[in-house]
Amino acid sequence: MAATLSPPRVLPSGDSAITVEFSRNIDNAANQRVLALDRILARETIAGVTETVPTYRSLLVHYDPLQIGFDALSEKLISLAQLPVPPATKMRRWRIPVAYGGEHGIDLEDVAKALKTTPDDIVARHVAGEYRVAMIGFTPGWSYLSGLDDSLHMPRRQNPRLLTPAGTISIGGVQTGVQCLAGPSGWHLLGRTPVRTYQLHRNPTFLLEPGDRVTFCAVDAKTFAEQDRAAEHGETIAELIAS
Amino acid sequence: MTKLVVASIGPASSVQDGGRSGAQRYGLTPSGAMDRLALAAANVLAGNAPFAAAVEIGPFGAAFTARDGAARLALTGTPRNADIAGRAVAFETSMTLADGETLTLGFARGGAFSYLAIEGGIVGEPTFGSLAVNARAGLGSPYPRPLQAGDELQASPASDTADSRIDLPAIPDSPIRVVMGPQDDEFSAEVKALFLDSEWKISATSDRMGYRLEGPVIKHLHGHNIVSDGTVNGSIQVPGNGQPIVLMPDRGTSGGYPKIATVISADLGRFAQTPAGRAFRFKAVGMAEAQAELRKAAELLRSLPDRLHPIENFDLNIEALQDANVAGSAVSAVDAGTWQIPSPAGALAQD
Repeated sequence: MAATLSPPRVLPSGDSAITVEFSRNIDNAANQRVLALDRILARETIAGVTETVPTYRSLLVHYDPLQIGFDALSEKLISLAQLPVPPATKMRRWRIPVAYGGEHGIDLEDVAKALKTTPDDIVARHVAGEYRVAMIGFTPGWSYLSGLDDSLHMPRRQNPRLLTPAGTISIGGVQTGVQCLAGPSGWHLLGRTPVRTYQLHRNPTFLLEPGDRVTFCAVDAKTFAEQDRAAEHGETIAELIAS
Repeated sequence: MTKLVVASIGPASSVQDGGRSGAQRYGLTPSGAMDRLALAAANVLAGNAPFAAAVEIGPFGAAFTARDGAARLALTGTPRNADIAGRAVAFETSMTLADGETLTLGFARGGAFSYLAIEGGIVGEPTFGSLAVNARAGLGSPYPRPLQAGDELQASPASDTADSRIDLPAIPDSPIRVVMGPQDDEFSAEVKALFLDSEWKISATSDRMGYRLEGPVIKHLHGHNIVSDGTVNGSIQVPGNGQPIVLMPDRGTSGGYPKIATVISADLGRFAQTPAGRAFRFKAVGMAEAQAELRKAAELLRSLPDRLHPIENFDLNIEALQDANVAGSAVSAVDAGTWQIPSPAGALAQD
């Protein structure tokens, strides 16, 4: 008989959302359970649940209190969260090209210095990683990836930048990320990808899903420029590779 | 086709509707009106669906001119001096702007946002089912940014529907109610009491993403970095400097600061209308009360069409004068017993 999973904490996020919390930390097992509960809720619709937002350690469940109350929904979520983790029905793996260093990744040299190695070595370690989309949040398409090599863990910058470029590939703490839109960031910028994880009027509008696997490959500046133009015209550029 | 041309407008004014939900899992912020009840009341006055797109007008003045036909409009939300070609017009009423005429609005008085609905709604191309502007994500229609002078909003020609006023319940001046959590265990009992017992003010640096609060420093038990999790409208997150930020409709969909409490849905619009610098307090309520208040708010929204009443010219003038604050603050336009003036002609003579 399968071991019973520990119950998550259910926390009120106001009167119309519940945070189902599996851990307080970045924790692979917790993230798997978040994504599993998210899949369960996609399959077994509960009347009144309007939207779910998976994050590293918790699932935010938006609901309509006119249709279901806090206590009834909490009970359902706790029991569903203790079902054995079902395997993902689709496991997608993407290869995402990145132009590392130089103008594309202005922090690569400093990261190499801080970690007492060469920029090429940092790129090699980053490209060798097998990542999972732990969550997408903050701004459209901003994909937070787990699976960063321990040797690349680095505290965030003391002074966050107010503007970093669209497509930035960066590292911060124990995470790496694919940023879609230009915006503020306190992470270290290693490179840029031409891939738009979010593009209006493209099908699909959002490329990555929480739970997807991601690997990176290095491309030169010329390839980046060509792919960037193609991406601007709606090509996905990211390759879907066998899992 | 009739169009409403923006003759002048201040910052923080944009087209908003009920917002876009369903894609927060991809980082897509819902946006939508800061004061949903005021948006719905404006739309109902203009004969639209309650959460159709309308103009959300920030604290500064604005002016709109009808071109290529007359437009039927309605004004709600925070009151301001308002006139059409020199004639005062009232809030919480519908009105017709003749071709070539200009509706001029002054500064917000005692609040932040007013809503201008146009009969037939605003013509635009929805993204994720919404015209709401989210400037950071480049979304919104007809302009994916705040409105600027010279912008044109395509509208329907005015119908000959009689103008009406809408009776809305008075907005209470009571504390803003919150449900504690989801991360209130990141704060000591003393700090939670400090949060609930203190007077707060909204900082002038606030915007549609978040309202920054000024007041005592709210200290965390275990530091200010938690692992990012999901946010809602009204999440009160506490960053490292201990000055809480209440997340508003343009918020990030996730955030990495502990959230001490959440403003209840029924009080979100009233909170959004709190002007910078005015003191207010929070009050913690239980889930049952929060959800009962939400049901009441939903019932009020449903009742809006029943709250419409025809207006006579006489009513309109008194109400407009009261609204323009020239007929004395003790006068109620709906309660003749409070009128200090002998006749409507007398009121007009004072203008």
